[in-house]
Amino acid sequence: MLLIPCPHCGPRPEIEFAYGGEAHVARPEDPSALDDDAWAAFLYERQNPKGVHAERWRHVHGCARYFNLLRETAGDRILAAYPAGQPRPDLPETAR
Amino acid sequence: MGFSFLEILRNAAGGHRGWRRQWPSPEPKAAYDAVIVGGGGHGLATAYYLASEHGMRNIAVVERGWIGGGNTGRNTTIIRSNYLWEESAALYDHALRLWEPLSQALNYNVMFSPRGVMMLAHSVHDVQVLKRHVHANRLAGIDNEWLTPEEAKAFCPPLSIDPAARHPVIGATLQRRGGVARHDAVAWGYARAAAALGVDIIENCPVTGIRRDAAGHVCGIDTGRGPIATRRLGLVVAGHSSTLLAMAGLRAPIESYPLQALVSEPLKPVIPCVVMSNTIHAYISQSDKGELVVGAGTDAYVSYSQRGGLHVPMHTLEAICELFPTLRRVRMMRNWGGIVDVTPDRSPIIGKTDVPGLFVNCGWGTGGFKATPGSGHVFAHTIARGEPHPLNAPFTFDRFRTGRLIDEAAAAAVAH
Amino acid sequence: MSRARLPDAPLIDRDRPVLFQFDGREMTGFAGDTLASALLANGVRLAGRSFKYHRPRGIATIGAAEPNALVTVDRGGGRTTPNLRATMVELHEGLEAASQNRWPSLHRDVGAVTGWFAPLLTAGFYYKTFLWPRAFWHRVYEPVIRRAAGLGKAPAAPDPDRYATRYAHCDLLVAGAGPAGIAAALTAAEAGRRVILCDENAVLGASLLDDPEALVEGVPARRWRSDALARLAALPNCRLLPRTTAFGLFADGMAGLAERVTDHLPSPAAAHGPRERLWQVRAARILLATGAIEQPLVFPGNDRPGVMLAGAARAYARRYGVLAGSRAVLVTGADRAWHDAFDLAALGLPVALIADVRADVAPELTARAAALGIPVCPGARIDGVSGTHAVRAVTIGGRRIACDLLLSSAGWLPAIHLHAQTGSRAVFDPARNIFLPGDPVPGVGSAGACNGSFALDAAVAEGRAAARSPAALPHGTEGGGVSLPGPDADRGKAFIDLQSDVTTRDIRIAVQEGFHSIEHIKRYTTTGMGVDQGKSSNLAALAIASARLGKPIPEVGLTTFRMPYTPVSFGMLAGAARGELFDPLRRTPIDPWAQAQGAVFEPVGNWRRARYFPRAGEDMHAAVARECRTVRSTVGLFDASTLGKIEVVGPDAATFMERIYTNAWRKLEPGRCRYGLMLREDGFIFDDGVVGRLAEDRFHVTTTTGGAARVLAHMEDYLQTEWPDLDVWLTSVTEQWAVIAVQGPRARRLIAPLVGDIDLSDAAMPHMSVRTGHIIGVPARLFRVSFTGELGFEVNVPPSQARAVWDALWERARALDGTAYGTEAMHVLRAEMGFIIVGQDTDGTVTPADAGLGWMIGKAKKDFVGKRSLVRPDMLAANRKQLVGLLTEEPGLVLEEGAQVVDDPAPAPGTHAIGHVTSAYWSEALGRSIAMALVEGGGAGADRLYVSGDRGFHPVRTAPLPFLDPAGEPADG
Repeated sequence: MLLIPCPHCGPRPEIEFAYGGEAHVARPEDPSALDDDAWAAFLYERQNPKGVHAERWRHVHGCARYFNLLRETAGDRILAAYPAGQPRPDLPETAR
Repeated sequence: MGFSFLEILRNAAGGHRGWRRQWPSPEPKAAYDAVIVGGGGHGLATAYYLASEHGMRNIAVVERGWIGGGNTGRNTTIIRSNYLWEESAALYDHALRLWEPLSQALNYNVMFSPRGVMMLAHSVHDVQVLKRHVHANRLAGIDNEWLTPEEAKAFCPPLSIDPAARHPVIGATLQRRGGVARHDAVAWGYARAAAALGVDIIENCPVTGIRRDAAGHVCGIDTGRGPIATRRLGLVVAGHSSTLLAMAGLRAPIESYPLQALVSEPLKPVIPCVVMSNTIHAYISQSDKGELVVGAGTDAYVSYSQRGGLHVPMHTLEAICELFPTLRRVRMMRNWGGIVDVTPDRSPIIGKTDVPGLFVNCGWGTGGFKATPGSGHVFAHTIARGEPHPLNAPFTFDRFRTGRLIDEAAAAAVAH
Repeated sequence: MSRARLPDAPLIDRDRPVLFQFDGREMTGFAGDTLASALLANGVRLAGRSFKYHRPRGIATIGAAEPNALVTVDRGGGRTTPNLRATMVELHEGLEAASQNRWPSLHRDVGAVTGWFAPLLTAGFYYKTFLWPRAFWHRVYEPVIRRAAGLGKAPAAPDPDRYATRYAHCDLLVAGAGPAGIAAALTAAEAGRRVILCDENAVLGASLLDDPEALVEGVPARRWRSDALARLAALPNCRLLPRTTAFGLFADGMAGLAERVTDHLPSPAAAHGPRERLWQVRAARILLATGAIEQPLVFPGNDRPGVMLAGAARAYARRYGVLAGSRAVLVTGADRAWHDAFDLAALGLPVALIADVRADVAPELTARAAALGIPVCPGARIDGVSGTHAVRAVTIGGRRIACDLLLSSAGWLPAIHLHAQTGSRAVFDPARNIFLPGDPVPGVGSAGACNGSFALDAAVAEGRAAARSPAALPHGTEGGGVSLPGPDADRGKAFIDLQSDVTTRDIRIAVQEGFHSIEHIKRYTTTGMGVDQGKSSNLAALAIASARLGKPIPEVGLTTFRMPYTPVSFGMLAGAARGELFDPLRRTPIDPWAQAQGAVFEPVGNWRRARYFPRAGEDMHAAVARECRTVRSTVGLFDASTLGKIEVVGPDAATFMERIYTNAWRKLEPGRCRYGLMLREDGFIFDDGVVGRLAEDRFHVTTTTGGAARVLAHMEDYLQTEWPDLDVWLTSVTEQWAVIAVQGPRARRLIAPLVGDIDLSDAAMPHMSVRTGHIIGVPARLFRVSFTGELGFEVNVPPSQARAVWDALWERARALDGTAYGTEAMHVLRAEMGFIIVGQDTDGTVTPADAGLGWMIGKAKKDFVGKRSLVRPDMLAANRKQLVGLLTEEPGLVLEEGAQVVDDPAPAPGTHAIGHVTSAYWSEALGRSIAMALVEGGGAGADRLYVSGDRGFHPVRTAPLPFLDPAGEPADG
């Protein structure tokens, strides 16, 4: 069970959270301007990296807020937590 | 040499020193007519059918580690074809029809055991959903029948049908032709049979790159054991599909999740069939060694770590103990995780890609084992002919663009 | 034949003899004994049968790795536990233990005939045969194999015991209370750290009892131990957990501990507390001091009852005063076992020979043996063991030496299992042939024997050091080492895995057949896959494979260490989550009333809802028909409290609603309601419900019962992450409002006398409007809405007063010849009106247009969630399934929900289904059955369709929805 550092509440066990999928997949400003391929890419295509993954979590049994994590998916190490809406932070080389 | 009881007798007389390798360990050749990346059941079956049905003998299966070491060797071995949508049911039933004579076809006992797969209904909504499956399957010519709680208990005596239970069993479906098989043997059996037809099975050979010619056509791969030229490349790498597709510059509608399973200590026979409950998330069967084999859904988040949280098997066992209160004192002996590749509609992608010469078979999620023979069979057809078999024609990448999804999970949506 | 105990036996209480039974035989032990020590004291040699060949087996170890002596303990009343290791079962008065995997008895086991076929039953046997005839595998061969396989029997009765769960936090968790663990816990706890020290054994630090002459930090080992434990026990910041196995390490410093709480007590658990307790410990640091596991030597006949690990035999003598035999021979490849033999000799056990497989043995060992008069044989080759149910002799280098106890030890292997669970790859020490913990994971360290430090002082020093500093310790280099079987090991029946009956020959065959990865070897031979999970066999299997392949051990690999370290019960992992606590059931404030009325309930989402209210003599059909009839003729009350409710509030509330729902909200006047439809971003129907606008900036949203939580999550997702600029607050108010629907021609008459401050007239409160006011003085939100087609109100009141309001409404309903109705009648009434139920008439593949709700799409809206997906090619395809009504030709026939629709009266198997029935009922209002179905193209053009039934296909025709017009008359005439 991960120990997730909620940026608003501090470290809490994973069972307090709901996973929200890849982060920084912004809904297009004008969906009708997208062709079918671009729309399908927005809906379905994901990075799915074996490596550092930027992902959304919601502290659903806590502050109920969405925030983002950087997590290393090969070993489930959490590298950074930051509020929703902020850009993905740069990690020092050593953390990757 | 052929496997048989006589052969065992003959070898026993010789102190079992006569057994030979079940599949050789060749050095990779410089070029093949086709290369399959991924030595799991699906990849090995693909190679076997390419060789046996399409006459392609100059082919290789390239495996990063040891064959059958991925989800083939980590799943709970359930086999069934009682899927809802016609496309899925046809594909899985194709597989089931290949499972039935597979041991004989491969001359390798894969221990396919059609002991019946029972799926439990706990609410009016479950009844509606499961009966829809029964009607759809029967129309499709696939066996599936409805059981009362009493009939379900008669088929699986330890099942609790206490009407006062929190989620009482109020009915069940039964596919008698469904069952289990010995997962490792499937990989080994296909490997041995494919090797006998001339297929090179190359273990410990990670793929590091996909080569394309000036026209963009696949022309080879780079591996830990050197480059291999080929103009037909089939990727069957389950949880690592995104990584391999990225080598060809492709993005996929796929995410990889840990899927945990566990076994109990060996017990004398107690669970005679496969029992599944989608509503309370658990399934159970018993291996021929006597271990109870238990599984459920994936962990919540994308991961390649092959280890999940303890709360996931805990929740699974809560459900098992509700369905089988006599098993509380039975103990979990081993728990493990695999990495499954999940598509948005939980159905696989089997077919061509936008890269000429590159074929992919992925996205089986939690349900790939049961499809192994059928998946290999239609994928071999696709690679050999350059066009999909009618059975995998609907399982394209393109369905995510058009919206023509094959969504088994949606049909079971819990609601009202 | 029982033996007298030795005078020194610190773990037993000689003043408290304990009566117990083994296979029905009454025996006596002492308080403090384990079942294994008591059996040995009673002269029991044969303790179990092996998995495959049913070979007779005796107690081989003293700990959790015991492969042979597996027993079933029956405490009565469903408290039957199979596959317990006798070495870990504490003796208590009245204990009833039975051996397993034998019939009719342990001594005469018919299953042992499989041993005759052992030459055939080698690795891979099953894969190579039972191929013909095809049907025989499942019907004949497999059932026979399954009956022969397995160990104990699963309990037949439900387990009455309780299991508990605790969460704990600490600065330092120490797994293993040996010398290193105790030293670490003491150091950290005395420095004020919060410490948890757990050990799988009942007695902490028991290994410190085995060598009374040893000194620890200058103090005799036994005194050091008792002092340290006393000091730990006195420290309030240290929690000691004996009988507690650290079975798993998880991410971010989480450990799983399994505590056996009451199984060692004589009376069943209920009287004292839970049977077991799961600890989920989040520790800032975890120190693994899990020690080492003695490895058996591999030689022909090494599985005979009476072959015992040397360290175990010494421990039985030193701790319990039990000598496991009367004349011993030691076969070994490790120095430490020599000392064990010397110690046993000193305790009075004649040692006839020490045979070491190594040619070079330290001169001080041979000198000491000579001093004790023990003959030695270096470079020994062990040819075999005689004695079936008990060792009688061992043959070494062609010489037969009589003995009844054959001590065996290949050396000690660090127990790195928990460390390996962190994903860190073990490293091999080729000098000592042992695996050591791999690269340290932050927060997890190892000390003592599991870190390669076998010498007592070094282990204690490591424990102290680990407690003082989080820096990872270098691997210990002192002591230990394992003698591995070489290429010549494949002689006779030399067992690698005693439990799974895997011999050296099996490993050899696997390698010969091309199984070269250790995972393949494991899976092909089943070595290491038994209850002990290879704790005393994996290394030997690896060594043989390595020798066969001519590859160094690290290149052959090491099988992955899996959770749990030792088996943990399903019940403990399930904990308190049973019955209603498995999944808490939500009940409405009206639920007790419904229960008292004899309602039949159904689960919906997490709720239970009254399905119908049968009166005397009524079945479901009759009750539902009456309820429907009454609603349409007079009035009905329906508990709709389970509806999800969300308040959407704020200056931008209307903007938010516009984006989330398909239809328009901006122009909805305060005080009015509108039906809302919500899509997922992929364009499929997600949820629906009536929404009331209470004020410019306030919407009262209702959702489906099961959809409440996911609708709120969906809304929060968009609000927080896509439109954080919107000034809107979302609040779940499902629990703040109980809802009572009053439906039927007399609905207004029913509520009017109870409502003082709301004008209920059509003019003042038209259909689809909402007012706030009071009902019997209770603050209420009153909706004028209908899900039945009748005049209807939905009374929203605080749950605390809902029952009083219901009672008042019910009194009125009775006066007006009304009824209470349940979900089933609600379903019928809405189906007659053609209203959909999301999740029943839609299934996650249905668009608004498919469901006949194309009119719900706000044409003028530029965007809303799901809009773009509605113009994907397949969404625009002709012949998509459309929701239509179906009427059976036979009016009395109610179709089955889920039945398939075809256009062929006698479809061949494989015929394409053009749709399926989503809802089907008997309609009392129409005097016939009705159904709703999703059918391609709405079934247009087909005169007749056919619907699957139990026997054959039923002819139907399509009908427009609704079945009844808004006036309650049949829509088609």
